[in-house]
Amino acid sequence: MNALERHRKLTTIWASEKGFKGWFSTVNHTDLGRMFLVTAFFFFIIGGLLAMLIRVQLATPHSAFAGPEIYNQIFTMHGTIMMFLFAIPTFEGLAIYLLPKILGTRDLAFPRLTAYGYWCYAFGGSMMLIAMVFGIAPNGGWFMYPPLSSAIYSPGINTDFWLIGITFVEISAVAAAVEITVSILKYRAPGMSLDKMPIFAWYALITALMILTGFPPLILGSVLLEVERAFGFPFFQADLGGDSLLWQHLFWLFGHPEVYIIFLPAAGVISTILPVMCRTTLLGYGWIVAAALALAFLSFGLWVHHMFTTGIPHMGLAFFSAASTLVAVPTGVQIFAWIGTMWKGRPELRLPMLHLLGFFFTFVIGGLTGVMVAVVPFDWQAHDTAFITAHLHYVLFGGFVFPIFAGIYYWLPHVTGRRRFFRLGELAFALVFIGFHVTFLAMHWVGLLGQRRRIPTYAPEDGWTAINLISSVGSFVLAIGIGMILIDVILHVLTASRGRRNPWGAGTLEWAMPTPPLAYNFASLPHITSRDPLVDQPDLAVQLARGEGYLGTPRNTWRETLTVDIASGKPDMHVIYPSNTRLPILMSAVTGVFFVSLLLKFYWTVPVAVIGVTILVWRWVWGLGRGADLAPLPIGHGITLPNAGMTARSPGWWGSIFLLTANATFFGSLLFGFAFLWTVAPGWPPPVWFDPSMTELGAGLSGAIIGPIAMRLAKSVNSKGRSSITGATMSLFGAILVAVASAAMMWRTPSPVDHAYGATLFVLGGYGLFHAVLAMLMTSFLIARIVRGFTSAVRRAEFSIIGLWVDYTSVIGVLILLAAHLPGVLQ
Amino acid sequence: MLAGAGLIFGLVMVLLLLAFRPRADTGDAGNVRVWVIGLGLAFPMVVLAALLAYGLVIGERLLPLASDDVVRVGAQGQLSTWSFTYADVPNRRTQDVLHIPAARPVDVSITTADVIHSFWVPRLAGKLDAIPGRTNILRIEADFPGTYHGVSAEFSGTGYDHFSFTVIAHDAEDWDAFLDEDIE
Repeated sequence: MNALERHRKLTTIWASEKGFKGWFSTVNHTDLGRMFLVTAFFFFIIGGLLAMLIRVQLATPHSAFAGPEIYNQIFTMHGTIMMFLFAIPTFEGLAIYLLPKILGTRDLAFPRLTAYGYWCYAFGGSMMLIAMVFGIAPNGGWFMYPPLSSAIYSPGINTDFWLIGITFVEISAVAAAVEITVSILKYRAPGMSLDKMPIFAWYALITALMILTGFPPLILGSVLLEVERAFGFPFFQADLGGDSLLWQHLFWLFGHPEVYIIFLPAAGVISTILPVMCRTTLLGYGWIVAAALALAFLSFGLWVHHMFTTGIPHMGLAFFSAASTLVAVPTGVQIFAWIGTMWKGRPELRLPMLHLLGFFFTFVIGGLTGVMVAVVPFDWQAHDTAFITAHLHYVLFGGFVFPIFAGIYYWLPHVTGRRRFFRLGELAFALVFIGFHVTFLAMHWVGLLGQRRRIPTYAPEDGWTAINLISSVGSFVLAIGIGMILIDVILHVLTASRGRRNPWGAGTLEWAMPTPPLAYNFASLPHITSRDPLVDQPDLAVQLARGEGYLGTPRNTWRETLTVDIASGKPDMHVIYPSNTRLPILMSAVTGVFFVSLLLKFYWTVPVAVIGVTILVWRWVWGLGRGADLAPLPIGHGITLPNAGMTARSPGWWGSIFLLTANATFFGSLLFGFAFLWTVAPGWPPPVWFDPSMTELGAGLSGAIIGPIAMRLAKSVNSKGRSSITGATMSLFGAILVAVASAAMMWRTPSPVDHAYGATLFVLGGYGLFHAVLAMLMTSFLIARIVRGFTSAVRRAEFSIIGLWVDYTSVIGVLILLAAHLPGVLQ
Repeated sequence: MLAGAGLIFGLVMVLLLLAFRPRADTGDAGNVRVWVIGLGLAFPMVVLAALLAYGLVIGERLLPLASDDVVRVGAQGQLSTWSFTYADVPNRRTQDVLHIPAARPVDVSITTADVIHSFWVPRLAGKLDAIPGRTNILRIEADFPGTYHGVSAEFSGTGYDHFSFTVIAHDAEDWDAFLDEDIE
């Protein structure tokens, strides 16, 4: 088979449907990555326009441009859009587009999940836009502090749009994080051990793990606040045993890691592009990985520095102040390693490099003002003034937008296969750079003069008029610059000027393919022996196109790839991907029905949507099964691998591990909330305690023990080739017992609207019930599989996956039942 | 702090500029020692340790330590207004104007009747939040008699921009007069 025949055959197997119809059924990471990025930049423009409106309003004193009600919506939406609908999705889009290419494989771990995540993002984002168009957008600030955001002080639907819309969008963040983690750990080219991984993959891995542990507290907070608003459960009401500070803890437990979730991918872009722009290799690869890891760990220990003015005890302040300054150390390591890289090589002032210099200039200032506000006495003055607004824009624009612009100009030739034709970009950079600094340097100043954040107007006698006008003028220069970048990119996409392959002379694998990239990425998969494969093997692209790598011969109509051992990069499984399908968009639409029903309080459609999602998920996973065993398959170069469905540690098992990590963080946050209210909130102890019942507790605990044991039995019987139906059925019975005990607990809990104690127990019981029902569905699924002959001693992957979920359900079930019954038993 | 930050910023910019001068390749090992360990690890640690110690000492000085001549007042935020009470005159309540003696430490007990607010008189002290169900205590002290502008510094919905109050610091004589309810 020659290269052209191979290309034709692979294209028929891998191509998406032609035309715009293909958007709805594609599961291809290149398509979805581009869709993510385009959508994210659409939201960037919207968020930017809102920023312009803010600057118009503040340009003059006593401005009557927008009334306070509209102004509050504008700045709330500006922050919300930039954080949730621009920054995070941009990371997701970039990672989804780039990772399989840079790691030398053909797609991400779960292609349909990529599509599902995209559509959840698109639908959730649309909800927010609709709210804005109708003038009912959220207006309580992007941080949504109760009680201002509670039903008493914000009775309208505005806040619900935020809580429900953002939670909907967060599904896509969690889905992408699971996907990215498993893809980086398992889906790499053979030979690419962890220490040979491109630096961008390290950053993306760390970011994804942070999303998995950083977002659940926010999702929990949103769920609790929405339940409080909709049903009156007083989680955040001080007079009924709640505490508004609980929200602040949950919010910043997410909110601070969020800053690094935004910065780290950009740092990954810098670490990738900078050495190429300097014709050298990255200085201190290992140090940089260690610094990024340290940053990730530290960032979970500093959330309280957003709460220095809430009356935190003095020792706590000292601790968090120290932690906040400490975070500058790993940042310093990265900055100086990058400058050292520049000294080591020969930097060239090409367009991406200009944006990187913009990054250095801006981000260093942002970091230094960050250290200032970590000093508590200074923060007590600067907090909630324009100084903080200026600081955070230096960090986020400097630390994210400039590197992303560098990344756009760097990878644009890859996306389009074209060359820049017009030289608009340099002028655009100058305008962005000047405009940005005029806007936000002025804002530091006016903040130190006492201008608070979020005020719609000020008086001429405040003496801020001239500075605000300068700032507003600067912001319009900035906007013109960004508009020119947009035009530059559009012109680049439209003007047909073919570029050559690997225009920058980079060493990473994404350039070892024709551009624009093909649906299958690589005609055959490379064997990796160093960190910069294209430097060592300049003709790698041609070798791969000739089919000299792994999996060079298309088999059946399978979309094939392989996975590797995490540390060593030795091939360990053969994978067949699912093909184009409309299932993801359909499922996210039904998920959307669930969220919209909650939003509009059409509670009778909620169960319909839940059943709909259940049926679709069932179909989704059912299609992965096989009616007969598959013998180990040759992948070329004399290696034979088992198919993933014939192993105990399949991709689904890895995905479950990381989804459960996020889930456990959610549950941990819930327990934290319970303990926090119990020990810290005013208004405790509650008027009535939960009445313990030995029958319920006994039933639940025995269910929690039976489930996992029976599942292990089923697994071991199956591996001997006998029918495992008894074990699976016993496991189902165990899950039913846990479900009954959780339901009884919810039923008998002290009235959840009277005190936060009952409210929290009710939610804990609901969490237990949800997982017990999930375990019931999963074990039923397994029984159906066994009955239909879809399992065998070889086809065993599903036993391990479902076993994980059964185990998890038991652990949380026991903890929940003990949390409810134990205090009563002990008294 | 500003001067220090300016120096560090200047240093980084100079290092960036120097990267552009033509040089021979120097290899990785020595570079890691200089850039990563020296400038990346050691340099920030020293600077930050000094800064942190300074911050903690200053912070200690701002604490509401026990003292004989402390005056106790209460400040309650409520959407669009602050009301103030005085431990020395239990029945006295003022609206949007807080009276304090000059040159004496004052402990303000900050509470809220509805949403979260923040009590901030920039020239007298930093800000401290009013949180439902809690009382936070802020030490303020006006060195000289006079009028000081105060604002609520936590976003509280529409009307936030006009949410302010005044602090009047009296000399000893006037303060006695205030306590005797001669001043309204």
